[in-house]
Amino acid sequence: MATALIYAEHKDGKIKKVTHELIASAAKAGAEPAVFLAGSGVDALAKELSAMGAKRVFLAQGDAVKFYSNEAYGKLFVNAVKAANPTFILIGATAQGKDLAPRIAATLGVGLASDCTKVSIEGDKLKVTRPIYAGKALADVEFVGSAPYFATVRPNALSIAPLQTGADAAVTNLPLDTGALKMAVKDVVRGATAKLDVTEANIVVSGGRAMKNSENFALLEKLAEVLPNAAVGASRAAVDAGYRPHSYQVGQTGKVVSPTLYIACGISGAIQHLAGMRTSKVIVAINKDPEAPIFQVADYGIVGDLFEVVPLLTEEFKKALGEH
Amino acid sequence: IEEEPTLNIYVCIKQVPATETKIKINANGTGIDTTGVKWIMSPYDEFAVEEALRLKEKNAGSTVTVVSAGPQRVTETIRTALAMGCDNAIWVEAPEDIDSFQAAKALAGVLKKETKADIVFTGKQAIDDDCAQVSQLLATFLEIPYATVVLNAEYGATSVTTKRETEGGTVELLELPLPCLIAAQKGLNEPRFASLPNIMKAKKKEIKQYKMADVGVSDGDRKIRLVNMQLPPAKQSGKKISGDSAAQAKELVRSLREEAKVL
Ligand SMILES: Cc1cc2nc3c(=O)[nH]c(=O)nc-3n(C[C@H](O)[C@H](O)[C@H](O)COP(=O)(O)OP(=O)(O)OC[C@H]3O[C@@H](n4cnc5c(N)ncnc54)[C@H](O)[C@@H]3O)c2cc1C
Ligand SMILES: Nc1ncnc2c1ncn2[C@@H]1O[C@H](COP(=O)(O)O)[C@@H](O)[C@H]1O
Repeated sequence: MATALIYAEHKDGKIKKVTHELIASAAKAGAEPAVFLAGSGVDALAKELSAMGAKRVFLAQGDAVKFYSNEAYGKLFVNAVKAANPTFILIGATAQGKDLAPRIAATLGVGLASDCTKVSIEGDKLKVTRPIYAGKALADVEFVGSAPYFATVRPNALSIAPLQTGADAAVTNLPLDTGALKMAVKDVVRGATAKLDVTEANIVVSGGRAMKNSENFALLEKLAEVLPNAAVGASRAAVDAGYRPHSYQVGQTGKVVSPTLYIACGISGAIQHLAGMRTSKVIVAINKDPEAPIFQVADYGIVGDLFEVVPLLTEEFKKALGEH
Repeated sequence: IEEEPTLNIYVCIKQVPATETKIKINANGTGIDTTGVKWIMSPYDEFAVEEALRLKEKNAGSTVTVVSAGPQRVTETIRTALAMGCDNAIWVEAPEDIDSFQAAKALAGVLKKETKADIVFTGKQAIDDDCAQVSQLLATFLEIPYATVVLNAEYGATSVTTKRETEGGTVELLELPLPCLIAAQKGLNEPRFASLPNIMKAKKKEIKQYKMADVGVSDGDRKIRLVNMQLPPAKQSGKKISGDSAAQAKELVRSLREEAKVL
């Protein structure tokens, strides 16, 4: 049986959803999910991974690897590859995954398909599709060399099928033999709000220039609060005007998102903005200009004043979700 | 007084289609139709060039060398970097469709042949293939540490302290000894515009040229190939919801729940 070695990413003592997506998808496709887990005090996470369907855990545990760094984690991951001999290597296309994966690919001398939105394991082959030109086009990736086939996969791209888990995963402790490390992680400074990132959210509520100031973004924050797993984003015009920091920007020179639901409020729909969100499953646009290009990609459009519509919408969502 | 070190600074830039380009796919689905495309320096690379120039200006006697791999047309973007203030330029003549691995290997080949780099700047991602790989591959080939998505960097005599953006506004503070590679995120600085006299001067500057073979890269170094390129499926025209704001809000929530089933 082909092995898929998956990077187990965690934050605040919890395994990230994208890791679960990768494990579940590999298992469903008939590959054996093995995971690489690094950190300090992460025993409980090994159990969690087992419940998600991991059959083997390669555990690098200790204070030396308390914080992520591409250098330490990269070296240890390569050791896990040697131990697991995987046919597939899958890593979430997150801030860590994007930083880490190419280092591993360079060390192993294998090709990497980054930021894939469609992934399927077929026997011992990996079929992936990735957006290019910020989603203005899509391309399939052909791996020229032999296994391991390596991809980073965008969060929310794969679904989690429920599965029957059997025995606990076998845990292999990896020695922390990273050799002398060049780079040092001095600190990890949490964002003032430590909110869910737009790239990871299942629902994104974005505001544009029409928000007029940063205070008005509270309207969108309130809407996001009543929705499950939702984050607030912004257009470049809103970011350039200083309403929100750049980490909120959606678009070709911001973040590319594919949530289940994208709600664009007071955003005209410039090509660079569309590039960052057009792969969203369902798009809602609220704009007072019926000719705004955003309506061309919107599944549902409301021509109206966002300052009137958004608070009403927040109430309606609250009611609807409360009924569940 | 302690003397500022003189540094050999390199900056790698990629030429890409302007962001407003409407992408069309070529007949066999292996690339885009480049007719009429306006080419620019990838936006994140502008931050990389600016950072290189600022570092040079703080360390008298340092030099900035710009490197780009690609077809003939990339020399125009190299000239833009020269006009911004880079001292030297290197062009690796390469086919349009090299993959990240080949690009990084070519850049590493150049850097190994030239005066040893103290620091290398790149963009966090090129906005054409959006791979976000070349920086990390290059640093790994050169066996130097790297930081990606860098929002801020403080330069000491032997090391660089960087702020790396992660998710949800969280930043990592990293210390990297020189030599190292820094991949720029927007916010690192405000790139300058080239002045007209500098644009004129840049036209006369020499661009050193390498072939892929000179830097040890061949077709056999390719690891992936993009095939079957397509435009995303056209969206069906959506539904406009009418009525007053209250009715619109109600109907939208109903539609999302009952039709789209996303709640
Ligand atoms: C190199 C480059 C890179 C870029 N990258 C990005 C990127 O990554 N992301 C990005 O977003 N943009 C990007 N842009 C900018 C892009 O071209 C647009 O300028 C930008 O997206 C516009 O933002 P906006 O829609 O918020 O503002 P506008 O275009 O000004 O639109 C505001 C909209 O709000 C509507 N409106 C006003 N008041 C109300 C109200 N009360 N209620 C409802 N609707 C209202 C208006 O009808 C209008 O449609 C880039 C541009 C360049 C050149
Ligand atoms: N062909 C190239 N020539 C020079 N630099 C490149 C090239 N391709 C990528 N780079 C650099 O690597 C960064 C990341 O590119 P990419 O991995 O393609 O997203 C870019 O921002 C450039 O700084």
